[in-house]
Amino acid sequence: MAGAGGGTSDVQWCFSQVKGAIDDDVAEADIISTVEFNHSGELLATGDKGGRVVIFQQEPESKNQPQCRGEYNVYSTFQSHEPEFDYLKSLEIEEKINKIRWLPQNAAQFLLSTNDKTIKLWKISERDKRPEGYNLKEEDGRYRDLNTVTTLRVPIFRPMDLMVEASPRRVFANAHTYHINSISVNSDCETYLSADDLRINLWNLEITDRSFNIVDIKPANMEELTEVITAAEFHPNQCNTFVYSSSKGTIRLCDMRASALCDKHAKQFEEPEDPNNRSFFSEIISSISDVKFSHSGRYMMTRDYLSVKIWDLNMESRPVETYQVHEYLRSKLCSLYENDCIFDKFECCWNGNDSVVMTGSYNNFFRMFDRVYRQDVTLEASRENSKPRSVLKPRKVSTGGKRKKDEISVDSLDFNKKILHTAWHPLDNIIAVATTNNLYIFQEKLN
Amino acid sequence: MISSEPDLRFPCRRSYDRDGNKITQTRGVLLQTGLKWAETVLNKSCLSLIQKYLKLCSRDRLHCYCLCLSTGKRDNMFPKGTKRKFSDSGEEPAVSGDEPAPAAAPSAAVRALTSAYSLQRQSLLDMSLIKLQLCHMLVEPNLCRSVLIANTVRQIQEEMTQDGTWQIMTQALAAAQCPTDRLVATEVLCRQTDAAAQAGQSPKPFSVVGLEEGYHAEEVVMEGDVETEVTMSTLSPVSPQLSSASYLAGTFGMGPCWEEDEDDDGECEEDEEEDSEECVSEGEEGDRDHLSADSRTGEQVFGTFEIKHPAPPPDPALEELFSDVDPSYYDLDTVLTGMQSAPKMGPYDLLESLSSHGPTALSSSSSCRSDLNELDHIMEIIVGS
Repeated sequence: MAGAGGGTSDVQWCFSQVKGAIDDDVAEADIISTVEFNHSGELLATGDKGGRVVIFQQEPESKNQPQCRGEYNVYSTFQSHEPEFDYLKSLEIEEKINKIRWLPQNAAQFLLSTNDKTIKLWKISERDKRPEGYNLKEEDGRYRDLNTVTTLRVPIFRPMDLMVEASPRRVFANAHTYHINSISVNSDCETYLSADDLRINLWNLEITDRSFNIVDIKPANMEELTEVITAAEFHPNQCNTFVYSSSKGTIRLCDMRASALCDKHAKQFEEPEDPNNRSFFSEIISSISDVKFSHSGRYMMTRDYLSVKIWDLNMESRPVETYQVHEYLRSKLCSLYENDCIFDKFECCWNGNDSVVMTGSYNNFFRMFDRVYRQDVTLEASRENSKPRSVLKPRKVSTGGKRKKDEISVDSLDFNKKILHTAWHPLDNIIAVATTNNLYIFQEKLN
Repeated sequence: MISSEPDLRFPCRRSYDRDGNKITQTRGVLLQTGLKWAETVLNKSCLSLIQKYLKLCSRDRLHCYCLCLSTGKRDNMFPKGTKRKFSDSGEEPAVSGDEPAPAAAPSAAVRALTSAYSLQRQSLLDMSLIKLQLCHMLVEPNLCRSVLIANTVRQIQEEMTQDGTWQIMTQALAAAQCPTDRLVATEVLCRQTDAAAQAGQSPKPFSVVGLEEGYHAEEVVMEGDVETEVTMSTLSPVSPQLSSASYLAGTFGMGPCWEEDEDDDGECEEDEEEDSEECVSEGEEGDRDHLSADSRTGEQVFGTFEIKHPAPPPDPALEELFSDVDPSYYDLDTVLTGMQSAPKMGPYDLLESLSSHGPTALSSSSSCRSDLNELDHIMEIIVGS
C-alpha cells in the first residue's frame, strides 16, 4: 500500500508495539533523543542520551496474518558515542545522539550518527555464514600443531546464526566549535552537511580530515549575536540546494553553485509577525526547531513552538499552510518560559506521499494534520492504550471553562511528558513515536 | 537567643519577623542575608562559598516563584501577552491583589513602575537574567537558549528605556547603598548608564524604606514539593510601595555600589576563572568600560563562548586584602572532585550533598565541610540577630 495518508481521511491508528522499560523511573541514559526510519522502512533506528543506537528490523509479513504488517524487533544495538571531556575548555561533551541519518541503501546499511561534536559513519552488516575448515586453526581458534597437518583442504562457508555487526567506518571530528544540531545526506550520496549553532560544514563521506564551511553566521563580535542556526537539510532531489532555519523564525535556502560560502541566501522565507499576538515571548516561540523537505521537494515544513507551517519553495513571503499544534498554550507562555518548556525542540515529519504531517506535543500527545482533507487529530502514546491492535481514540484538550467528558484541561497536562521525536515509515502508514524513554509503534488499522 | 534557627537542610523554615509575625524564609533569603554579611565583613572565603552555593541552586528547574511577585497568582502573568498602556496602569492594583495599591507615588513614572504590567515585566527581566546566569557547571550551555533569553532581556530593556523606567531603576539602584552583588545581573544593569553612576548617592527615601521592609516581610509562595523549594536566592519584596528600582535591588539582594565595581570584577576573576567558560554570563571578560551607554547584555552572555579574555589587572589593594585566600581552593572543580563518582548529578543533587549534614556530606575535602559548617553557623548568627 503506497503510503496513502488519508485516502478517505478515516485512517484509524492502532497500537502495535512499545519498546523500552515499563517502570516510571526513567534512567537518564535511556531517554530517546532521535528516531529515524531507513529508506525502505525496514529498519528503524533510535538514539538515546547514553550514546547508544538501537536498530529495529521489521519482520517480513507473515502469510498467516496478511492484515498485520510485520513487527519491529531489535536488530542491532551498539554504543555509538562515548562521553568525552574537552580538556581545553574544561567541559564535558555529552554522548547524547542528536541525529541519525541513513544513507541510501547498498548491500550493507550505513548510517550517520552524531553527538554535539563528532559525526560517525556506521556500517551495519549481517553475517550469516562463517568459514570452516581452516588448515592451520582448529574450529575453536586454537592453532593446530603443524605436525598433525597431513592434508590440505579449502575452507568452506557454512551457515550460522545471524549476527549483526556495527562497525565505525568513518569518524568526522573536530570540525565544530558549537553543538551540532543537524546532519543531512545529500541526494548525490557522496556528501553530507552538518550544522551547528553558527556554522554549516559540507563533508565528503570518504574524507574525514577535511570539511568545507558553507555557512557561517558567527558575528565578528560575539556581543552582536542574536540569531543561531537551529536546523538544516539538503533538498531531496537537487544536490546543490539546502535550507537552514534560525532562532528568529527565518528559513534560508542556499544554492551551493552560487559561491563557496553560502552566506548570501538565494531565498529567505519569513512570515511577518502578527501584531496582535506580540509579546515578549514572540521571538522565542517563533524560533524554528525543525525543518523538513517534503518527499517531492516542492514543499518544506517548519516547526516552531506553537505551530507547523508548510512552505512552497516558490513563495517566500508566507507559508501556504499553517497548523496550530497547541494554541491553548499561548496564554501559558510565561509559565512555560519559567520552567524552560518554551525551549523544547519539537520535530515534525511527512508521511510517504506528503499528504499528512505529524508532530509531537505535551502530555504524550502527538498531532497529525491531513493536508488534503483539512483534518487534524490528537492521539496519545501511553501504556493505557497499549493493547495489541487497539484503536487509538482521538484526544481533546479543553480550552474553555467547560470541560466535556474525556477531555483534558490545559492545567492537567503533564509538561514532563513530551513527544519531541516522531518518524513516519516512507511507504506505509506506520509511525514511530518516542516518549521520554519508550518508543511506540502505531500502524494503520487494516480490515 | 535565637528564636528559631535556620536549618539549611530544609529550604523552607518558619521564623519570625520583628513584629513577631510568622514568616517563611527560604534558603534563598538566608543565602542573601549571608551574602550581605559576608561582603560586609569582607570574608572572601565565606563569600565565594555562598556564591558557589547560589550557582548550584536550581538551574533548569528554576522555579521563579521566588521571582514572581510574592503572591500566588503567577498564572496572571502575561495572560494575553498584550501590552498595557500606561494610562490604565495607574489604576491597576498590584498583581498580588492582597497588598494595597500604592498610596502615593511621587510621579507618574513611578506610578507606572508599580503597575501590574511593569511589575510583571520586571519579574520577567529578573527571571531572564537569572536564567542566563545559572548554567551547567560541567557541560557547555545551550547557545540557542541563551541567545533567545538574551534577546528577551534586550527587548525588555529597550522597552523600559523608552518608558523611562530604566533610568529611574538604575538611579534607584545607585542610591541603594548596598554592596555590589556579584551576580552579573546587576553588572549588566550597571553598565547601561553612566549618568546614574555619576549622579551621586543621594538616597531616595522610598527606596531605602522599601528595602528594609522587603527583607523582613518577605513571604514566598512555595509549592509543597520540598524539592522544588531549593531555589535561587532572589525574592521580591511584598510591599508594592516600592518602586521597581528597589524591587530590583531586593530581588538581587543588593544594588551596585559603583565605586566597588572594579574590585568586585577583580574578585570575580580570581575565584571564578576556572569556570568562567562554563558560566554563560560571567561579565568580567567583557568590555570593562561600564560607562558605555550601549546595552552590553550580549557581551556578558557570549563572551565566554569564544575567547577567554585575559583577567583584568588586579587591584593591588585588593590583592593584599585577600592574599591569604587561595582562590583555587574554591574552584568548583576542586569542590566537585569528591563527587566525580556520580558525574551526572543534577544541580539539585549537588546542592543537597553539599548541604547535607549526614553521612553523604562532602567527603573529599574536610576543610570544605568545615567551611560549610562555618557557613551554617554564620547563617544562624545572622538570622538570629
